[in-house]
Amino acid sequence: MSAGVPLTAEHVLEFPGGYTRTTGPVIGRFLTELREGRLMGVRTAGGRVLVPPLEYDPETGEPVTDEWVRVGPAGTVLTWAWVESPRPSHPLDRPFAWALVRPDGADTALVHAVDAGNVKSMRTGMRVRPDFVPGPERRGHIRDIRAFVPEVTRIVSPIRTRYRVSAGKALTRFLEGVAEGVFIGGRCDTCAKVYVPYRVSCPECGGVIAEEVNLPDTGTITTFAINNLPDPRAPEVPFVSAYVLLDGADIPMITLVGGVPAHEVRQGMRVRAVWVPPEERGMSMSNVKWFAPTGEPDAEVSR
Amino acid sequence: MRDVAVVAFAQTAHTAEDQGLSEPELILPVIQEVREKAGTRDFGFTCSGSCDYLAGAPFSFVSALDALGAWPPISESHVEMDAAWALYEAWVRLQHGDVDTALVYGFGKSSQTDVRELMTLQLDPYYLEPLGLDQVSFAALQARAYLERTGRAESDLAEVAARSRRSGRDNPYALDLPEVSPEDGYAVAPLRPHDIAPDTDGAAAIVLAAGDRAREMCERPAWIRGIAHRTDAHYLGGRPLDRSESAAAAALAAGVGKAPVDVAELHAQFTHEELILREALDLGPDVLVNPSGGPLAANPIMATGLIRIGEAAARIHDGTAGRAVGHAAAGPCLQHNLVTVLEG
Repeated sequence: MSAGVPLTAEHVLEFPGGYTRTTGPVIGRFLTELREGRLMGVRTAGGRVLVPPLEYDPETGEPVTDEWVRVGPAGTVLTWAWVESPRPSHPLDRPFAWALVRPDGADTALVHAVDAGNVKSMRTGMRVRPDFVPGPERRGHIRDIRAFVPEVTRIVSPIRTRYRVSAGKALTRFLEGVAEGVFIGGRCDTCAKVYVPYRVSCPECGGVIAEEVNLPDTGTITTFAINNLPDPRAPEVPFVSAYVLLDGADIPMITLVGGVPAHEVRQGMRVRAVWVPPEERGMSMSNVKWFAPTGEPDAEVSR
Repeated sequence: MRDVAVVAFAQTAHTAEDQGLSEPELILPVIQEVREKAGTRDFGFTCSGSCDYLAGAPFSFVSALDALGAWPPISESHVEMDAAWALYEAWVRLQHGDVDTALVYGFGKSSQTDVRELMTLQLDPYYLEPLGLDQVSFAALQARAYLERTGRAESDLAEVAARSRRSGRDNPYALDLPEVSPEDGYAVAPLRPHDIAPDTDGAAAIVLAAGDRAREMCERPAWIRGIAHRTDAHYLGGRPLDRSESAAAAALAAGVGKAPVDVAELHAQFTHEELILREALDLGPDVLVNPSGGPLAANPIMATGLIRIGEAAARIHDGTAGRAVGHAAAGPCLQHNLVTVLEG
């Protein structure tokens, strides 16, 4: 015999056709009811309802009473374990949970599978119901319950309505500028504040804004946010959205910031608009790809 | 009660793979070692613990007697349980007073089958076994119940695994298991592979002796000052799964709390079981738990519980502990617990 390689043989222990067990009156009644699609418990002398039923009260050893109680079928999950890779012996062939389910009206819990689809659907305290296999396939067996399934707690409502919105005079004027590569602002005739995008009245003092001001495409970041959720308007994740105070403006404009790692963006950073090539421009803010750092020293940010 | 002590203990260098030994070949060296340590070949009573389902052959424990030599006939018994319960039977037998020594041994070769599914066969055959509920799955149900009651985290479980593996690497009889990797995925959530005791082949033997006979055989006998076992309801939904009431009851009956405990060897086959048992036995943070690495570092099933008593006794024998607890468990989710209190 070669050293280190044990001589082995395959060996199977099996009862061909399965091992026959008598159920006794209590377990037999439970399984018979299960075949009918009913979940039943038995009452102990102490008044507790055992599900699944036993012939004796496990707390006292006393025989249970003859009183049968219909329970559930809904119940509450007391604890659970998630199986990502089911074994051949398991009741489901896709990821599922094992759970202790206490049917409504019972004082004990039943061990069974919960077909929840996803581990995120599972939590202790959730409500579940048995999903029985079709009547003709039931045979008086614990697996006459295919699995428990979560109770309905939400529905999905698709919502989609359509609009045709007008830009309005002021925004149209602003976008005309953007189409030419210019940010058009407006100065209030009363308080002299410069607003960008261009607008027709001063929201602060109520003055009329008649004077257009062409602003440069450079400015300073006053505040910013790093976004980690994808957005169809942003080129990548994470992306940075920032308030940029254009040079000569009194009110910052919200834009994307790019061309710089998100963690390097800071208040006071000097930035310049990156325009798409003239032949790709239209009456849209998508003319501005984003604002990118100019490399100048940071500016003072005052409130 | 008659004073009975653990006077000798031996175990194999446990292995993760089949070493090509039959059961009698696995047992023989530890039987020889305890005979040598006890200074005798003959015992008033012999009792073993093993599981025929591990070998897949009925009465396979009988062939294990080949390792002992059973002729002329010896007084012998067997439990289809962890050998810690064989020790309990031997302790009871010694209380009769007509014999003074007992040999106890246990053995298990996990390598021959899939233990995780084999343990399904111990479950009630009407409600649990037909579901194919495997050992790791039922343990995971208890783990979540415990974590959610106590607010403890999976990182607390990983700490138990890391400490057990470290201690195991220092124990020449335990397996050399790698550092715990936090990136390990789940086996059955919330349990990860490092939360589960490793499949192990091995055997162990203990000699018990009463009164003066114990003092002759051992310089510092580990006297059994308390020993008791208690059982919970079998069905997992019929008892509080987030704790072990039977372990607490056994500890109370064995008198664990009557004096400070220096060291405890706990039969925790899953990390959360150690935390549940610490609570049930009311072991404070100053108690050294599983310095051998425990079952999470070597789990030759059917000997694992006996080894806990042997490891606890070994610390009395070498004088590093004055009072030690050995614990053994059986059944799903710590259903059945045996607690032994040993004193120098």
